Amino acid sequence: MQKTLKQEWLSNPRGDFLSGLVVALALIPEAIAFSIIAGVDPKIGLYASFSMAVVSAFAGGRPGMISAATGAMALLIVHLVKDHGLEYLLAATILTGILQLIAGYLNLGNLMRFVSRAVVTGFVNALAILIFMAQLPELTNVTWHVYAMTAAGLVIIYLFPYVPLVGKVIPSPLVTIVGLTIVSILLGLDIRTVGDMGQLPDALPVFLLPQVPLNFETLQIIFPYSVALAIVGMLESMMTATIVDDLTDTPSDKNRECTGQGYANIATGFLGGMAGCGMIGQSVINVKSGGRTRLSTLTAGILLLIMVVFLSDWIRQIPMAALVSVMIMVSVGTFSWDSIAKLKTYPVSTNIVTVATVITVVYTHNLAIGVLVGILLAAMFFANKVGRYMAVTSALSGEGARTYTVSGQVFFASSEKFFGSFDFKEVLDKVVIDLSRAHFWDISAVTALDKVVLKFRREGTEVELIGMNEASATIVDRFGVHDKPEEVEKLLASH
Amino acid sequence: MPKVIACIDGSAAAGAVCDASAWAASQLDAPLLLMHVLEKPETPVKGDLSGNIGLGTREHMLEELVELEEKKSRIALDLGKQMLRDACERTAALYKGETDSLQRHGSLVETVLELQPESRLLVMGRQGEAHENSPGSIGSHIETVVRAMQRPILVVMPGFTPPQRFMIAYDASETSEKALDMVAQSPLLKGLECHVVMVVSNNKPEHHQRLDAACRKLEQAGFTVERSLLSGEVIETLHDYQDSHAIDLMVMGAYGHSKIRQFFVGSNTTKMIGSSRIPLLLLR
Repeated sequence: MQKTLKQEWLSNPRGDFLSGLVVALALIPEAIAFSIIAGVDPKIGLYASFSMAVVSAFAGGRPGMISAATGAMALLIVHLVKDHGLEYLLAATILTGILQLIAGYLNLGNLMRFVSRAVVTGFVNALAILIFMAQLPELTNVTWHVYAMTAAGLVIIYLFPYVPLVGKVIPSPLVTIVGLTIVSILLGLDIRTVGDMGQLPDALPVFLLPQVPLNFETLQIIFPYSVALAIVGMLESMMTATIVDDLTDTPSDKNRECTGQGYANIATGFLGGMAGCGMIGQSVINVKSGGRTRLSTLTAGILLLIMVVFLSDWIRQIPMAALVSVMIMVSVGTFSWDSIAKLKTYPVSTNIVTVATVITVVYTHNLAIGVLVGILLAAMFFANKVGRYMAVTSALSGEGARTYTVSGQVFFASSEKFFGSFDFKEVLDKVVIDLSRAHFWDISAVTALDKVVLKFRREGTEVELIGMNEASATIVDRFGVHDKPEEVEKLLASH
Repeated sequence: MPKVIACIDGSAAAGAVCDASAWAASQLDAPLLLMHVLEKPETPVKGDLSGNIGLGTREHMLEELVELEEKKSRIALDLGKQMLRDACERTAALYKGETDSLQRHGSLVETVLELQPESRLLVMGRQGEAHENSPGSIGSHIETVVRAMQRPILVVMPGFTPPQRFMIAYDASETSEKALDMVAQSPLLKGLECHVVMVVSNNKPEHHQRLDAACRKLEQAGFTVERSLLSGEVIETLHDYQDSHAIDLMVMGAYGHSKIRQFFVGSNTTKMIGSSRIPLLLLR
């Protein structure tokens, strides 16, 4: 890909600047909300969003994608913060970055192909549900004012874009936040505000080493979190990159995206921010607002910091109800409503994978586990499907002799069925097993065949195998066949 | 069989590119490929700054973008086809050999690099459609293409006539030695009057020796050679020489130096492409 600096940065300055501004405004409430989910001060999420956006603008693989502090990552670190405190979170963030760097340089981005469409849908929907659920504490045991404010916020968010002239120019979440803040200050409402949730940034972030003992014990504490963070971060970033690819009809470098996330997380950890990744919702907003190049991501990060540092006295006053309404919009926008309609048309196995992913995530609050469950289920369903493409037929071939013809795929999922297809009760002098139309994929298949042969011999039957070599050619882990069609032909033809 | 590849677009130079590539194809007796690249317009759709994501925003937006681009691309595609048809007609009158046309999506640089293995000579206009009205500037692609390509490139300006006399800008550098060898071996410029011009800041005897050796090389290849050793500012001196001797094609080694050096020192190649009034044959 011969991409010039100019194309990646300066081909669309006006659109990028405006969309960067819109995204920066949208990031502020999100970063605060995700900090609150994670149980840290709002400034941790805001610093993270700034540094993730700025570093990924330079180092990322997908121009126009927005990376910042995200809900998916915030949900993973709740227990770490609760049990060990902020410093361990920063250390875990740096380690996450290092793991992502390694993954990127090992080209593990290519492993994304094992994450099926169904798992992606489940991931996105589960994320939306978790973001929504995280808003519920703000809506329980509160006065009616909060409900009224939240409802008013939602009305403004969804109806303001239809206002002529200004509706498409001023971000409606911004109108909501400003409007509700003014109302709550004027009426002197005694409701929770962002200021009640913890510290806001009052200065630019500084480079700090996390105050944790550098020993094996620390590593033991943070490593499991970092692994989960690295996996979820890469998954969500890859999904987001793919979405932006589709929307803009341009390719992107997935492995560079992994390393970019790594650099961004390392920088974020040292600047006192929580781990982050690519953001589906914000990236969609960016593209929708006309952002296309790296400049939009950089603009978003820088403007975010400037606004937060200079407006922190105002941000303090934002009622939580306004944030909640914005976050409800984000969760509604993240949820793939299409997938519900498609439940009817998709095969049951696909639906089970999606629903299982969602249920696992909502139950464990851990997207990494959900994805793992989804991938495993999808693989099992696939194996099950392919395993059906195996049949054993037989015919008598003379006095006391029978020929079994095996065709199709024999591997761990179908080896039982393969073994059960032979009639060992029949009294025969000779058995011919013709394997020339079968494919043996693994050791399970070979073991099953050995068992068949041994069992026949114990019955005193002479066994002859035909086409064994060709049938077992697929056992060998031969990589690099994919680009030689004639090899594939040879391997899979009826030899 | 390596081809002469002509980069056709809607700019004023497209006619000249046709004429030049037809001339080059007949000189080289090589097949001619007329190529038009459909680049994605880089100005995205007008953004909606409402900053909210509603139900199914992603799907709606994808549909919207696809519809919009479909219309745009359809028009560009038909326009490109028309350009290629015109170009084919124009070259058919000048060159009777094998002529093909090709349309590709993507960026010009990408496409040219893909075609590099089968390219013998690439012919392109100095400015594309985007830079039509800014004289003295060069198109946004030229430098990237020239730097990326390892094959000869002929850069033409509007109004091409088959050359009678060509000059080689020789500076004894590795790139210009290579350029000299290529000229000596290629049938492209056979039979034309050849001028070898060396511009130096101070006259040293070894310059003469180098120049003599260079001219001998060309004479052995059957060229009639005029030589000149001049001193002064490189670009201006070359232009003056070209005016006074009615030279109508300039040959030079291109981008012998790194991008970093160019950043500090500037590049003669870029200056030359920008200021030349005659076609340039750039050799790598």
